[in-house]
This record gives sequence, structure tokens and C-alpha cells, in this order.
Amino acid sequence: MANDISNRNLSPLSLHVPEPKFRPGDAVDYSDVEIQKAGDQARPDVSTKPAAMRDLAYDLIRVLDDDHKAVGPWDPKLDDDTLLKMLKTMAQLRAFDDRLHRQQRQGKTSFYMKSTGEEATSVAAAMALDAEDMCFPSYRQQGILFVRGYPMVDMVNQIFSNKADKLKGRQLPIMYSSTRLNFFTVSGNLTTQYPQAVGWAMASASKGDNRIAAVWCGEGSTAEGDFHAALTFAAVYNAPVIMNIVNNQWAISSFSGFAGAERTTFAARGVGYGIAALRVDGNDPLAVYAATQWAAERARTNQGPTVIEHFTYRADAHSTSDDPTAYRSAQEREEWPLGDPIMRLKRHLITRGVWSVEQQEALDVECVEAVKVAVKEAAKNGILGHGLHQPFETMFQDVFEEMPWHLREQADQADKERDIKWPS
Amino acid sequence: MNMIEAINSGLDNMMERDDNVVIMGEDVGYFGGVFRATAGLQEKYGKTRCFDSPISECGIIGAAVGMGAYGLRPVPEIQFADYIYPGMDQLISEAARLRYRSAGEFIAPLTVRSPFGGGIFGGQTHSQSPEAMFTHVSGLKTVIPSTPYDAKGLLIAAIEDNDPVLFFEPKRIYNGPFTGYYDKPVEPWSKFDAAQVPEDYYRIELGKANIVREGDEVTVLAYGTMVHVARAVVEEHGINAEVIDLRTLVPLDIETIEASVKKTGRCLIVHEATRTSGFGAELSALVQERCFYHLEAPIERVTGFDTPYPHSLEWAYFPGPVRIGEALEKIVGELKS
Repeated sequence: MANDISNRNLSPLSLHVPEPKFRPGDAVDYSDVEIQKAGDQARPDVSTKPAAMRDLAYDLIRVLDDDHKAVGPWDPKLDDDTLLKMLKTMAQLRAFDDRLHRQQRQGKTSFYMKSTGEEATSVAAAMALDAEDMCFPSYRQQGILFVRGYPMVDMVNQIFSNKADKLKGRQLPIMYSSTRLNFFTVSGNLTTQYPQAVGWAMASASKGDNRIAAVWCGEGSTAEGDFHAALTFAAVYNAPVIMNIVNNQWAISSFSGFAGAERTTFAARGVGYGIAALRVDGNDPLAVYAATQWAAERARTNQGPTVIEHFTYRADAHSTSDDPTAYRSAQEREEWPLGDPIMRLKRHLITRGVWSVEQQEALDVECVEAVKVAVKEAAKNGILGHGLHQPFETMFQDVFEEMPWHLREQADQADKERDIKWPS
Repeated sequence: MNMIEAINSGLDNMMERDDNVVIMGEDVGYFGGVFRATAGLQEKYGKTRCFDSPISECGIIGAAVGMGAYGLRPVPEIQFADYIYPGMDQLISEAARLRYRSAGEFIAPLTVRSPFGGGIFGGQTHSQSPEAMFTHVSGLKTVIPSTPYDAKGLLIAAIEDNDPVLFFEPKRIYNGPFTGYYDKPVEPWSKFDAAQVPEDYYRIELGKANIVREGDEVTVLAYGTMVHVARAVVEEHGINAEVIDLRTLVPLDIETIEASVKKTGRCLIVHEATRTSGFGAELSALVQERCFYHLEAPIERVTGFDTPYPHSLEWAYFPGPVRIGEALEKIVGELKS
């Protein structure tokens, strides 16, 4: 009988459920993680066909070598001032993250997410873009705002959901938005920004504009259907978009294996769609800058989209609601073979002779002070939990352009309740 | 014009008036759409204004949201409303909330066109009426025309609206009004006044219902195909009903509804969609809350059954003349006795 499978003499099928190499308490050994030699990667012309540059999706573009020197064809040859600005921006971002994380711990706000260890993937990338290019970030690219000069006090106002919060207390902390700085409103729904960025880029192309779009998601989010839709659309319409995948190894408690990392790289996803794909040392700010610059030039000259995988490590907890000691070895961060992006750039600048340990110490103090000032300034506008900072009417505004009758009625109800719940 | 021609004309007017209006969807470009709604538009306005898309509803709506953020006014098409679900996250989590979550910094001025409703032997996935899934979402507007004239005027208003609009087209009445008698031939729109559609631009304001038949015995609330079915049944039963075509579900024209029910004292709600948690439940609750002391009979709902849309038993499922007639007689019963 054709469908009698009892005599096929097969061992039973087994389901493979990925497991990270190290769990809490385990000794970490990264010796099997292949770290390519800096400077070894070829830099193809921006007009190269995706099929002719597949190797770069499996390689690792690196510029800073073990002696902290910038080497190889991907060296963007940035001047000292640009590099110092990059260093200072990343340092400021880290100081901001540390302080705002503590503000949450002190109960001044409900939530925070740091980007510790991943500063290069937003700061260096944003520096390689034009200010007019549209960024579609996930929730861990606050570095873009630092590059584009968003005032820290406005960020803290949003985090505190206070009366000066430009988003009127409607959004969870860190879900920033700025049309002025071309920073698209951050959504809690993962990867929705991916097809949106492609659509924005398609619009720019259809209008004969010169602006391009850049979008970010984590490696975990690449499993979402929107990721597939976005890459398909980007390829089909040759959209001028840079699609960044920040592979920080962890999606909350799930290691990258649950997004498919056991079999291939995330950059290789682009290869299957016929999209140029680069895999980059995400802790090497010069490599991130160079890759973004390459992809931006490609997009701006009508040569289509690029996928960039930034290979990095989420050095801290997923969020203030997360405790990574419950699922991963604390040693991972210390042993991470690509080090720390700020330290690496610092050493490079010291090696260049334009920076010193003392200057770095002074910078760190300066950054901490600047955040303190911003937090203090923002706190004058109130902190979450201390009173009701927004008029209740604002809860009903902007659902639609004009408030329909049913929201008007509900707004009146809320106002009435206010008098009862919080008599003045 | 029939309804398809009216929609095509509305799209044509808007593409001509506003360079930012772009059309995108499966088969809408060269081919002109599986229902011909976009016929000729690519040829007239070029491939960057009206183009085919990959088969990906989340991609279509997601890209449209991004285009809206850029400053375009996209009119994406979802081939059948039954296939809008892969795009639900983009509609609910993104399009509907963009203005709110960014405090007005970003908006999603898109109009999602989609053929919907049954009565065409479409089976489970070419017949659904998912409007209640969208009326439940704050930030979305839902519009459903019932005539060629309204379809064009409402579509133009929807495209010009700065909020995201779901524009559901009752495909059963693309070619002519359907009265629920599936065994009788449908008369083409050309025999009706509502087929007199101006070639030029005009708009019908969103949020305004249309009293299609005045009466004082009972108020019938309907939209789409069911406007015609309900009206035919009312006339057949000789009931002096006031039939209201809601046209826009959100924002709803509560004033017209309230005034009518206070006048008639009775209310029948008719829709094709399944009953439980359908839009009829919202209408019923609103009428009950606002017109309670004027009501002389319980509010009735005639709807599709709470089952997936069947193929062979379509006419047993469809809320046609028998079901509506029984409900009407029940409501106005004592008037007759």
C-alpha cells in the first residue's frame, strides 16, 4: 500500500527547538564566532549588481583593527572633527540612557529602553545620512535624535509625559516623533515601519525627489511578515531605502536563533530578494558609517535599496521591565568579541593623536552634567504620576482631524469625571 | 454611470486635480482592476500614479502609510474586503493612530477601497462584510455607498479627507440595485436616477446620512446593498417606513437617526454582516440610549447569521425579503391590527 508508512524503516522525526549556547552561570566561549580581519573586505562600486556582491552578506565589514587603526577600503576617511562629533554624540547618548534608566528606577517615569552597546548603529548611521533623509526607527535608535540635534530636555519631557511633552502624554516613554528632524513616529508594533519606509522612499522616487529613507529593526523583528513585504516592495520598485537590521543577538529573552540565525546571516535575507546586502561590525562606528554612506549613495543615485545587518550585542536589559540575568550569561557582555563602540572609537582617536584619556574623562563628566541639567529642566514641567499634566480634552484630540460628536460627548464626560475624581 | 464607472470617474477627477493622489493595488494598473474600477487610469496618468503591487496586503497598506507620511494621498485597493486582514495591523496599529500618537506631526490621509458584501455566490472569501472590525477602531472612518452618485461623491470626499478612510464598495450593486430577489434579473443602474452622475468633480460630505424614503411608521437603518433590499421590502409590505442610508458609519450621522426614530417610534436595523457584535449592535444601543422614551417597540436587527458566509446556501443566509419582512411586521404589528 502506497500510504503504508510503517515499513519505511525511518527513525522518528524530531522537532528542533533552538537553544542559545550560554545560559545564566555558564562560562562564555566565543571562539567559534567568526570575526573577520578588519580591512579585508572588498568595497564594491555602488553600482554593483546584488548578485555580484553576495559574499558581503556573509562577511563582516570592519574598519578598526586590533591596533585601533582605520584600515582597508571601507575606511570612510573621516576628518578629526567628524570623528570627535561621533564620539561625543555616542557618549552623550550613553550618559542619557544611564540617567534616564535610573529615573525610571526612581519612579519618575514608567518605562525606559537603553541602546547601550549599540550606539554606533544609530549615531554613526545617522551621521552618514543627510538631515533631509527620512528615518523610520524602532525604539532603540534614539541616537538619531542626538545626531540631528533634538533637545535632550524635549526627550525627557516625553519620557516624563509632562505638560511640555510634545506628544501630549499619549505615548509610552521613548516613542518619540519629530517631523522637523525627519524622525518618524515610533510605534510599539514591531516592523510596521519597514513597509512604511519603503512606501516613503517610493513616494520620494515617484516625485523625482532626492531624499532617501532609512529604516531600522532588530533581528528578532525580521521574523515579522511586514519585513518580508517591505523587502519585496523595495526590490520590486527599486525603492531608495536603507534597511538596517540591528542584530544585537537578543529579542528580549529569545536569542537570534529564534529569528533564523542558526542557518544564515540576516544580511543574507537581502540576497534572496535581489537586494544589495552588507554585513557590518556594528560596534565599529567607522564601518557602520561607511556602509551607510555606501548604501545612501546607491539609493540616491537610483540604484536601489540596501540591507545592512549590524552585528552587535545588546549589552543591557531589553527594557526597564526586563532582567537578562534570568536567561543569559552575564559573561556574554564582557566577552563580546567586538567590544564596545565608544571604547573602540575613543582608542582610535587616541591612536590618531587627537584625543586623550583625560579628555575622555572630562567628556564623560560633561555628558553626565548635561543630562542632569536636562532632567532637572524637564522635571519643572512635571513627572509622571505627579498630577495630571494634560488637559483632558487632549486625550480626544487628534484621533481625527476634527473631533466628531461621539468624541465630543466622551470628552465632556471625562471633564465631568475630572471634577469628581480630582476636585480642585 | 454604473457604480464602477462612477468610482472610476471619481478617481479620475481626483488624480487630475491632485498630483499627490496615487493608486496602488493588485491588478489595478495595466489591467485596470478585476472589477474595472481603475480602467484607463494608468494609461492616462502614467505608471507612477497608478500601478500594480505585489500580492501583499500588509505591504500595500504599509507602503500607503509611508506614502501618506511623505505627503502623498494614496488610494490603495484591496481586491476583496475578505483579504484585508493581512493589512489589519497596518490599518489598526498604524494608519488609525498615526495622527494621535504623533500629536498631529504625521498623518495617514489614505483611502482604502475594497469591494465587499455578498449576494454574488462568492462563498466564504468573496462575500464578507467586515465593517464592524473597522468601526471599532478609533481613528478610522468607514464609508459605504449605495448608489453610483453617492459612490463618486463620497469617494472624492474620502480621498480629500485627511483621516484614513475605509471605503467599502458593495460589489453586488456595482451594475444595478439589488432588491433581494435573487431569482429576478437585476435592472441596470441606467434605469435609475442615481445613475445620473456628473462627469465633473463633486463631493458628498462624510458623516451625513441620506433619507432615501420618508415615512412615519418605522425607521429603517441600512447601508450598501441592504438599502435597496430594505426599501423594496418596505414598499412591498405597504409600510410607511422611513429608510435611512447611513452612507458613513464613522462618523455617524446621529442627528438624522435620532430625529427619525423620535418621529416614528420604531427602528429596524439591517446589515449583511454577521449579527453578534456587528455594527447593528452599536446602532441599536445608540437608538436605545437616545430615543428610549420614544420607542414603541423593541429595536429589531436583521443581519447575516453568525456563520461564515456559505456558498450553496447563500440565499438561506442572506438577510433578504423574508427575514426583513418578518421583522417589519413584528415591529409595526400593532399598527396593522
